[in-house]
Amino acid sequence: MVPMKRLAPLAVACACMVTAAHAADMTVGFSQIGSESGWRAAETSVTRSEAAKRGITLKFADAQQKQENQIKAIRSFVAQGVDAILLAPVVATGWESVLKEAREAEIPVVLLDRTIDADKSLYLTAVTSDTVHEGRVAGEWLAGTVGDKPCRVVELQGTVGSSPAINRKKGFDEIVAKHDNITVVRSQTGDFTRTKGKEVMESFLKAEDGGRSICALYAHNDDMAVGAIQAIKEAGLKPGSDILVVSIDAVPDIFMAMANGEANATVELTPNMAGPAFEALVAFKETGKEPPKWIQTESRLYTRDDDPRRVYEEKKGMGY
Amino acid sequence: MTTRIPDAGMLNARPFNVRLFNAGTLPLVATLAIFALAYAVCVVQFPAMLSTRVAANLLTDNAFLGIVAVGMTFVILSGGIDLSVGSVIAFTGVLLAVLIGRAGVHPLVAFALALAVATAGGAVMGAMIHHLEMPPFIVTLAGMFLARGMAFVLTTDSLPVEHAFYATLQQLYWRLPGGGRLTLIAGVMVAVTVAGIILAHRTRFGANVYALGGNRTSAALMGVPVGATTIAVYALSGFTAGLAGIVFSLYTSAGYPLAAVGVELDAIAAVVIGGTLLTGGAGFVAGTFVGVLMQGLIQTYIVFDGTLSSWWTKIVIGALLFGFIVQQRALVWLSARRPSAGSAT
Repeated sequence: MVPMKRLAPLAVACACMVTAAHAADMTVGFSQIGSESGWRAAETSVTRSEAAKRGITLKFADAQQKQENQIKAIRSFVAQGVDAILLAPVVATGWESVLKEAREAEIPVVLLDRTIDADKSLYLTAVTSDTVHEGRVAGEWLAGTVGDKPCRVVELQGTVGSSPAINRKKGFDEIVAKHDNITVVRSQTGDFTRTKGKEVMESFLKAEDGGRSICALYAHNDDMAVGAIQAIKEAGLKPGSDILVVSIDAVPDIFMAMANGEANATVELTPNMAGPAFEALVAFKETGKEPPKWIQTESRLYTRDDDPRRVYEEKKGMGY
Repeated sequence: MTTRIPDAGMLNARPFNVRLFNAGTLPLVATLAIFALAYAVCVVQFPAMLSTRVAANLLTDNAFLGIVAVGMTFVILSGGIDLSVGSVIAFTGVLLAVLIGRAGVHPLVAFALALAVATAGGAVMGAMIHHLEMPPFIVTLAGMFLARGMAFVLTTDSLPVEHAFYATLQQLYWRLPGGGRLTLIAGVMVAVTVAGIILAHRTRFGANVYALGGNRTSAALMGVPVGATTIAVYALSGFTAGLAGIVFSLYTSAGYPLAAVGVELDAIAAVVIGGTLLTGGAGFVAGTFVGVLMQGLIQTYIVFDGTLSSWWTKIVIGALLFGFIVQQRALVWLSARRPSAGSAT
C-alpha cells in the first residue's frame, strides 16, 4: 500500500509536534448517523459521557440519516480545525474525497460501529463489533446450557440481506454445526421488530405442536425476542424455562424480561464504541503509536446471574 | 441590484406591476441583510467561520441544492411547483452509477444520457400540466414517486462509482488563499446561478415566465406561448435536477436511491427565503442563491457549535419561511391596495 508508506513519516512528524497534547485539551468532532434506534441514541449519550470523562470537548453533529449532512459536518470539522473526527458512516461508499481533505489537514478519523469501502489509509482505525462473533457467543451459551440433550431451535432472523442478520446467523450456525444434538428447525425473518417477532413466533408455535417440541429460541435482536416472549406466554408456555430465549443487543427491556425469568441470555452490542476510540486517539496523539486498523469491541454475554434488574436500571438512563 | 421590468406590454395588462416590482426588491434586500447579519453573528462567536475554507465549503456542500433551486425558481416564478426534483437527483445518481459502474459507459456519455432523461422527464410533466390542465402539485408528485421508485428498481444499495475520469473531476479544485478549495461542483453551481440570472432577466423566455406567473390569462391574451413556456419551464427544472444529480454523484462518488430525500422542499424554502413570490410572477434567481447559502450557514453554525440539535436547522428555516411568507402577503396586499385607494379619491 503505497499511500500508507508515504504517510507514515508524515504521521510520525506530526505526532512529534503534538507530543505535548493531552486528552484534556482535545476537541473531537462526532458525525453521528441519526437517532433512528434506541441503540443509536445510547451510543450518542455514551459518547458524550465518555468524552466528558476524559475532558475532551465533543462537537456533535446529527446527520438525520443523510450522507450529505455527514460530509458537510466533516468539512466543517476540518474548517474548524478539530483534533480528531469520529464518524459513524450511514453508507459504506462515497467517503474518499472528504476523508482525503481531513488527511491533508492531518486530522485523524476514527470510524465507529460500521466500516467503509475506501482505502484504509484514509482513517486511523475502525471500532466495531464482530457480528459473527456475537452469533458464536449466543450459540456457545446455548450449547453449554443444553449439554448433551437434544434441542430443537427456532430462529428469528433480522432484516433479510442486512449484514448483522447474515453474520449473526453465520456465527450461530458455526457453533450449531459442532453439536449434533442441536438443530435449527425453523428460521424466518422478524425484520428486527417487536411486532414481526411476535407474529413469526406465533406461526412457529403453531407449526411445532403448540411449541411443545421447541427447546430454544434464538433471536437476532432483543426486540424480536421480547415480541416472541409475548407470543410464547399467550400460547400457554413459559418463556425462559419451557422455551429458552437467547438474543443479541442487550437493550434494557430484555434485562427486565430476564429479571422476570422470561429470557435467559443476551449478547451485548456495546454502545460504548467511543471509549476505545478515544483511548486509541489519545495514545496516537501522545506517543504517535498507530492503533491496529480494526478495534473489536467486547461482545459480552449477560445471563440471569448478572443481576439483570441492576443492569436494567443502569441501561435505562443511557437513552435507549 | 437593478431590476429590469420584463416586458413593456405587461405593464399595460397589470397596472400595479411597477409598484409590485419595486416592492418586490424588498424581500431580496431583506434576505441579503439577514444573511449578512447572520454571518456576522457567526463570525463574532466563531472567528474561524470567516475563512475561505468555510466560504468554499458553503458553495461545495450546497452545490446540488443551489443548482436545483435555480430550476425551482423558474417553476415558482411561472406559478407552478416541482416536487420531483429530489427524486430525480437520486435517480440520476443511481443511473450514473449503473451506466458507469456496470455498463462501462464513459462518464461524459453517461452525463449526457442522464441530462437527456431528466430533461425529457421534466418536459413530459410540463406537457401533462398544460394539456391535461392538471395541477403541477399532483403531476410532479407522481413524478417524484416514479423517479424514486425507478432508482430503487435499479439498485437498493449504495453503488460506488469508480472511474479514473470521475476521480479527476472530483479532485479538480482551485486552492484559495487560506486553505479553501473552490471545487469544480462549486464552480458549476455559480455558473448555473449566473446563467439563471441572465435567462430570467435578459431573455424573452424569462419575460414569458414572469408574465405566466403574474397572470396566466392576460399572458395568453398578450401572446405569450403558454404551452411552450410551461413545458420549457418544467424541462428546465428537470435539466437542473439532472445536473444536480450529476453534481451530487460527484460529491459522494456513489449512487444511492435514498439520497436527496426532501431536497425539493429545501429548494422551495431557498426560493421563498430568496424573495420569490410563492404565487409566481415576482422574484430573483440571485435571491435563491442567498437562500441556499443561508441554509448552509445555519448548518455550519450548528456543527461549529457542536452542542445544538441538528433539527434547529429546520426550526430556523421554518421560522424564516413564516417571516417571508407574511412579508410577501403584506407587500402584495399593500401594492394591490394603493392604486384602488388612489382611484377612490
